[in-house]
Amino acid sequence: MAERNMEKKWFTISVYSENNVGLLNRISGIFLKRHINIESLNVSKSEIENVSKFTIVVYTTPAWVHNIVGQIEKQIEVIKAFSHSDEETIYQESALFKIASSLLFDERNIQNIIKESNAQIVTVSRDFFVLSKSGRRSEIEEMYEQLKPYGIMQFVRSGRIAVSKAEMQISKLIKEFNQ
Amino acid sequence: METLKKEKAKTTKQNTIRISGAEAIIHCLLAEGVDLIYGYPGGAIMPLYDEFYKFQDKLTHILTRHEQGATHAAQGFARVTGKVGVAVATSGPGATNLVTGLADAQIDSTPMVCITGQVARHLLGSDAFQETDIIGISTPVTKWNYQVTEAAEIPKILAKAFYIARSGRPGPVLIDITKNAQIDTFDFEYEPCKAVRSYKPYPTPEATAVEAAAALINSAKKPLIVFGQGVILGEAEQQLKELVEKSGIPAAWTILGLSALDSNHPLNVGMVGMHGNYGPNLLTNECDVLIAIGMRFDDRVTGSLDTYAKQAKVIHFDIDPAEINKNVKADVAVLGNAKQTLSMLLPLINANSHQDWHNEFKEKYKIEFDAVIKNDVYPTKEKLTMAEVIEEINIASDHNAIIVSDVGQHQMIACRYAKFKQSKSNVTSGGLGTMGFALPAAIGAKMGAMDREVVAIIGDGGYQMTIQELGTIFQNKTPVKIVVLNNEHLGMVRQWQELFFEKRYASTVMTNPDFVKIAEGYHIESKRISERKDLKATIQEMLASKDAYFLEVCVEKEDNVFPMIPAGASVSEVRLK
Repeated sequence: MAERNMEKKWFTISVYSENNVGLLNRISGIFLKRHINIESLNVSKSEIENVSKFTIVVYTTPAWVHNIVGQIEKQIEVIKAFSHSDEETIYQESALFKIASSLLFDERNIQNIIKESNAQIVTVSRDFFVLSKSGRRSEIEEMYEQLKPYGIMQFVRSGRIAVSKAEMQISKLIKEFNQ
Repeated sequence: METLKKEKAKTTKQNTIRISGAEAIIHCLLAEGVDLIYGYPGGAIMPLYDEFYKFQDKLTHILTRHEQGATHAAQGFARVTGKVGVAVATSGPGATNLVTGLADAQIDSTPMVCITGQVARHLLGSDAFQETDIIGISTPVTKWNYQVTEAAEIPKILAKAFYIARSGRPGPVLIDITKNAQIDTFDFEYEPCKAVRSYKPYPTPEATAVEAAAALINSAKKPLIVFGQGVILGEAEQQLKELVEKSGIPAAWTILGLSALDSNHPLNVGMVGMHGNYGPNLLTNECDVLIAIGMRFDDRVTGSLDTYAKQAKVIHFDIDPAEINKNVKADVAVLGNAKQTLSMLLPLINANSHQDWHNEFKEKYKIEFDAVIKNDVYPTKEKLTMAEVIEEINIASDHNAIIVSDVGQHQMIACRYAKFKQSKSNVTSGGLGTMGFALPAAIGAKMGAMDREVVAIIGDGGYQMTIQELGTIFQNKTPVKIVVLNNEHLGMVRQWQELFFEKRYASTVMTNPDFVKIAEGYHIESKRISERKDLKATIQEMLASKDAYFLEVCVEKEDNVFPMIPAGASVSEVRLK
């Protein structure tokens, strides 16, 4: 559609599905076929027993998101897929920072960063300590930038997890499928 | 044969028998009504082949000469019968050879179940002999696929495979079965699949959408119907005919919609798309309401989307929600099986004739006839044309043959000029454009419709991609009629080179073998003609033959197919020369 030329935006695609081997491959293939990059991906259980939830973040046009959601929903083991803009969801990411223990005592500012960023100390050992931070991407980025000058031994950030402000009526859908 | 089989089954509990996974596959196939399968044996699928041997009185296995041939034969069978075609292959190369057929069936919505052997479960991931990740490889080209690693899974998974392949928008399903799962025994019990909780094959049509569609259609001054294979798959031919006749709306077809409406129906205005008819293409951009039924606005149909039917309100009938607004924005979308939705629509439609509008199609046809059709079908030049061969087949078969075409110029000519009285009679590789499709597909089509004449129309290029299937025809005495339209070129590519690459004919000239001798090598009656005076009698002789027959027709080498919408151009820019 001509609307493919529309402006790109961030979208969170939520997919409710069966928990079967190979489904991740099938879903990621839909992005691959369209040459669209997956910015982040999280797979977990959902609020419904035996139903998995994929949370996929993409940066693309509304037309492509419509197309992709249609193709994802078409997969046999997918119950329902939704797409939401950032404004329509509550979302967070999590990050872990591994930092040398000596800094905790030598650099006073590190303690301030921990306090101000609402990060948690997960563990402290003789050589390193681990900070955990959940929040918006920008908050994690800000903390990263603050800690970077002191040296980060390891850093990892999770995929986005999100819940929609609007209802997602999966239980009702499953009932309909079974009729 | 079952009589040869040692009675090893022991009754364990009521209604179940203890049998091997391989034998269970046979019982599943029989329970699904399958009595014909295509395939090729090999190491990892041998336990199943052993059962084919024992059950040969109930289940016919056709040995093709390549696994790709097995898939296309299964497709040909499915396309003429509406049933699920079945193909079987071993692991590794056997499985990878199925990929083209799977992709073809996926894009053309053909119901097919492929069963592949796989190395034993304990060897998975060890790079064992003939191990390949066929689940990973086939995922993008299957409607569903699954790897069975335990015998006990077989009944449930095969029942699900057939249900998924045939329901909703049909498609190919691949089931990969490890060797241990074929050998191990279990208590067999079969129940057909009736539902999958995450899968809704038939969307419920909304009455409001149907009403909105009817209101648009009734108010239209220049409506145009474009129908596709959804009419055939949904068995809505009668409803389409009633709609066309009641509303008086001209109806055009996509290449896969061909044969859903009688070719000689006065409101059948021909084919849309790149090599479609002049009228329906041009008038797509003049209609006020475009009624798309069971078609998907493929780029070969629409040309440039930016200039496609922008003036028209679009009504889209389809069973697949993902097709709505995929390429063309629908003003009204009616989801559902075409038979159901058109039946709901019919009582709401006002009788009309749209005579003036229909006359515009007649005028455009006259222009096309004078510029193209006349010279194609009734040529005055010395060399034979492809179209006059098709026309002779039309006459000799009284429009009752099943025409199986390959891919290229001859395909466009066959689809433009072949005439049909019955549905499910045009078998061609539409979406994928698979050269080599026709010969094996014709085998499947013939076996699916033994009472009908099946004529394969093939170019000299595509013929040589699956020519080995002559062996299958010979071994099974399959009475298909094979017509090779030989222009000693890869004609369609040559045409593009002439028109768009300044006649740089890169790798499109074919030095061909003696096709008649090759057919003779397989003991198939064969003939070559190159003169007009021999055409009628030879076609009659071919169709009169009770056996397989090979006919090579040497045609003009550098003919082009017109009309033509250049790739990426608008339907309004359809060229007559």
